[in-house]
This record gives sequence, structure tokens and C-alpha cells, in this order.
Amino acid sequence: MSPGEPQKARTADASTARSVAGGRLLRSEVLLLFRRRRTVGLLAALVAIPVLIAVALELTSTPPAPGDGPPFIDQVTQSGVFVAATSLVVAIPLFLPLTVAVVAGDSIAGEAGQGTLRYLLLAPAGRTRLLAVKSTVVLAFCLVAPAVMAGAGMLLGSVLFGVGDAASLSGERLDTSDLVARIGLLTLFVGIAMMGLACIGVFVSTLTDVPVGAMAATIIVAIASQILGGLSQLDWLHPWLPTYTWLEFADLLRSPIVWDSFRDNLALQAGYAAVFLSLAWARLTTKDVLS
Amino acid sequence: MTDLAVATEGLTKRFGSQTVVNAVDLAVPSGAVYGFLGPNGSGKTTTLRLLLGLASADEGEARVLGQEVPRSLARVLPDVGALVEGPAFYPYLSGEDNLARLDAADRTTDARTRATRVAVALHRVGLTAAAGKRAKAYSLGMKQRLGIASALLRPRSLLVLDEPTNGLDPQGTREVRALVRSLAEDGSTVLVSSHLLAEVEQICSHVGVMSRGSLVAQGTLAEFRAESGQHVQVDTPDVDDTVAVLADLGLTQIVPTIEGDGPAVRAVLGDQEPERVVAALVAREVRVRGFAVSHVSLEDRFVSLTGEGFDVAG
Repeated sequence: MSPGEPQKARTADASTARSVAGGRLLRSEVLLLFRRRRTVGLLAALVAIPVLIAVALELTSTPPAPGDGPPFIDQVTQSGVFVAATSLVVAIPLFLPLTVAVVAGDSIAGEAGQGTLRYLLLAPAGRTRLLAVKSTVVLAFCLVAPAVMAGAGMLLGSVLFGVGDAASLSGERLDTSDLVARIGLLTLFVGIAMMGLACIGVFVSTLTDVPVGAMAATIIVAIASQILGGLSQLDWLHPWLPTYTWLEFADLLRSPIVWDSFRDNLALQAGYAAVFLSLAWARLTTKDVLS
Repeated sequence: MTDLAVATEGLTKRFGSQTVVNAVDLAVPSGAVYGFLGPNGSGKTTTLRLLLGLASADEGEARVLGQEVPRSLARVLPDVGALVEGPAFYPYLSGEDNLARLDAADRTTDARTRATRVAVALHRVGLTAAAGKRAKAYSLGMKQRLGIASALLRPRSLLVLDEPTNGLDPQGTREVRALVRSLAEDGSTVLVSSHLLAEVEQICSHVGVMSRGSLVAQGTLAEFRAESGQHVQVDTPDVDDTVAVLADLGLTQIVPTIEGDGPAVRAVLGDQEPERVVAALVAREVRVRGFAVSHVSLEDRFVSLTGEGFDVAG
């Protein structure tokens, strides 16, 4: 058999099957991530936050005074869906970035560490295609994680505390469907806010064969960035930090919605994504896979 | 060039100041079962990595299945099944799911036939019963089999198997040997690396020997056998005459030497008969003090090429 023959037959085949085949690795990757026990555990841990908040509120007789405790918690008694908002805000500084760091840090380094990276490349998955699929799934996780938490929070909150109208930050009343939409928007905002960090994590993940190292480095970036963001001496630097927009969600709860912070968040995270995914691509497409 | 499944020219790879693969000119004919021999750390696996595009060469060229690599890797690799430096799997996926994932990564395969091809590959390595088990529950030998199965997910023109019998029990080793033979009979070229000489001797048509990053010998197994085979040693003070006589008789690799406390000459006997050598020596009035015929095994030849030491090349 000459090597040229099957080649030709395949190219004809491949061109028709390409559109289907493009999504094939993505599907495999999605299943791999979301069926994995560790991922399920991370999501369960995220769900534990609204559960704890709701249970704690249910068990105390005095409702929290306005301005006491985490944001929105005093509004839970008006509408249970605020359990979701409270949970998201509580999870933004550490818990949510931690889960994102685990998934992003593991993306390439995890494959390299267990040796499957070389077999994916030999399949051949193609280095660029593999990175595209891996980053897509990591970014999807950024959206899924807050969504799972918010979904659980809204469900549990409305069961325990009922639903009702509540005031927006600018004082107008919002009915339940409005509130759900606003919290949906907040969830999307938080998901997007995690994406810059996620792309940093993917890049770090291309640098090492030790996934735990990549995860730790990523979470250190998140914490260091927040520490720097707290130093007023460095306020020239603040707009460039990946965590700069993390807590700038208040505008989404005004009436009418002020979109500036949403846009800023999108622009900042897109910038980080562009830079760090490019670096990840440059690294992965040139590195010797020796693990 | 087209009759070579794998051909390299001056292939060189350095890690820092160390040259791990040094100007290797590999020539694996199409249809051959090529035994890639060498002690641990001699650069076999790194050479395979270069061929398969996992690492990039610092110098030299490589062609796999007639196409230049790494430039044409995307077109070459679907036609190549490979097991490099041991099998690797997602421990939390079943054997079956592991293969399905690798198959999904290859965009030239047909997803509709995947389940069948996975089942056939598993059957071929005797893993059908363990198909649904998580890979972490597999023994070393089962993982090795699963690794071979992943190379067999579709018909391949070239199979690159790096130490395929590692961790296998005697039955498994025999099965792998039979498998390699049947793959070769189907027309695939097999490039199998090993440090086990006996294994190579049993299944290979061609042999290449690596030592400290260099390809020190390459040829058909028959050529290798000829160079091993019967050796003679003549203990004699008449070294020059002996060398002349042996050369006349067509012996090869004639080497004057000092054996014990006297001079001697060693040579490869080839197909010459020992008694004729003795007769010829006596006829020329060579003072024969001792005459010995010894068999040099492939192993002796291997060791003479790669060095005696037990330590891995640093």
C-alpha cells in the first residue's frame, strides 16, 4: 500500500466531515470536564454557598439590618431570589476564582502531567485546535459556575423566603421577572469577570506539566491582583488589573440599567483573554512535549 | 526515498549542552519490521518524538511516509499509530471511553464507526472483558495493551511502538509479537523500539542500534547475524602470515591481538569451515599454538556496539 492512496481518499472524506469533526473534540472535552467527579465537586461546593446563606437566614429570627453583612442579604426577606445575588458577591473574591483556577490550571498541564497530551497530539488533535477547544471549555466553565450557584440560590431562596417585589438601587420597584432578569445579568457579569483570570490560567497551564502548580499560580494571580487593587498608592495601575471590574456590578441593579460597567468588564476581560490566549498559543505550538 | 517509510538525515536534538540525538540517519523501508535497539537513555524515545512532531529537531530533516515532518504532520499522523514512552490515559475514564476520546481528537475519523472500531481494537489486544472498567483499575500490562489498542483504532501505514512489551507477562509478550507480525503481514511498516534483544531478534526484519545519541549500526537482521555468527581465534607468533591466510580464505574483520601472554589473530568465520582454515594455516607453515571457534551472539554484537557498562549514558 502506498502511503499516498489513503491520504487522497481521506482528504475528500475529511472536507465533507470537517464541520462535524470540528465540534467533535469540543463535545468530548465538555463531557470530560463536566462528567469528572472533581468538577461536579467544585460545582457542589459552589452550591453550598447559597445553601449556607439561606439556611443561616432561615434559622435566625432577626432579619439582617440594611448595610449589615454582605450586599443584598437584607433584601432576601423581600424576595428570596436575592440569595443568589448575595452568594455571587460573597464568592467573587476567592471561592469562584479558586474553582476557575482549578479548571484553567488543569487544562493543558493536566493532560501533560498524565501523558495524554502526547496522545492527543499524536491523534492528531492539532496544537492550535486543542488550545481552542480547551480555552472554549474553560471559558464555558466561567459562565457555568456562577450560573449553577445563582440557579441554586434563586430556587432555594424563593422556596424558603418566597418571591416579591424589591427596590432597585435607584429606588424603583422591580417585580419578580425583572429581578430574575437582573440577577441573570449579574451572573453573566460575574462569569465574564472570571474570564481574564481563566485565560491567564490557561497560559500558565501551558508552561508546566504539574497541574497543581498551574492552579496555585493562577489563584495567586487573583489574590495578588486584589491586594494591589486595594492599595490606593497604586491607583494608576488599578484599571489594568484583571480583578478591577470584579465588584463593579452595582450599575446592573439600577433602573434603568447603566451599562458602562458591563462594557468595561467586557473590554478588560477581552483584553486579558487576547493577550494570554496568544501567549498560550505561542507557547503550546512551539513547546517540546516530553512528558 | 518513497520506498522508505521513515527516513531521517542528520537528525539532531540538544537539551541544553547535551546532544541527545546526534546526526541520526534512520532508514526504515516500507513494509519492514524495524527493531530500534539501544540501552536505556540512548536517545531512542527522543528520536521517535522528533519523528512524530512531539519535539522539534535542532538540525536535520525527517520524512515519514514520504512527507516532510514536522511540516506535514497533520496529514501524516492519521496514518501513524503510536505508543510513545508508555501508555497514558485518563484514569477516571473507562478503557473504552479513553479510546473514544482519542478517536474524537482525530478529525479524520468517522464518528459513526467509532464504537465498532473501538470494540475491534479492544478485542485485538484482548481487553474486551475490561472495556468498561476505569483505566486506573488496569494493571500495567492492561494499560500497555490499551495503549497498543489506541494505535490500532484505524488501519495505519506506520506503527511506532516504543517498548511495546514493557510490563507484559510472557503470554502478553507473545501476543504482542504475534500482533506485530500480523500487522506487518497486513502491509503496515512497524518501527518498534526495545532494549530487549531477544524480542527484536524474533520479530524484526531490520535493526538499528542507538548508542549515546548516535545510530551506530543499521541494516537487515540477516546482515547483523552474518556479522555475529562464528568467530575464530588463532594463537600464533606468525601474525602477518596468519592474517594473509585468513584473508585469502575470505574471512572478515581480521584483527591481530594479544591473547594471554602471546600474539593471536581473531576473525569472523563467515561460511568458511574451521577445518579448512586449520589446513590452510598448516600448509603455509604457520605455527599454530591454539585454535578456537566461538559463537558470537547478537547480544555480544549489541554490547560491542553500545558499550559494556551497566550505567545509563549520562
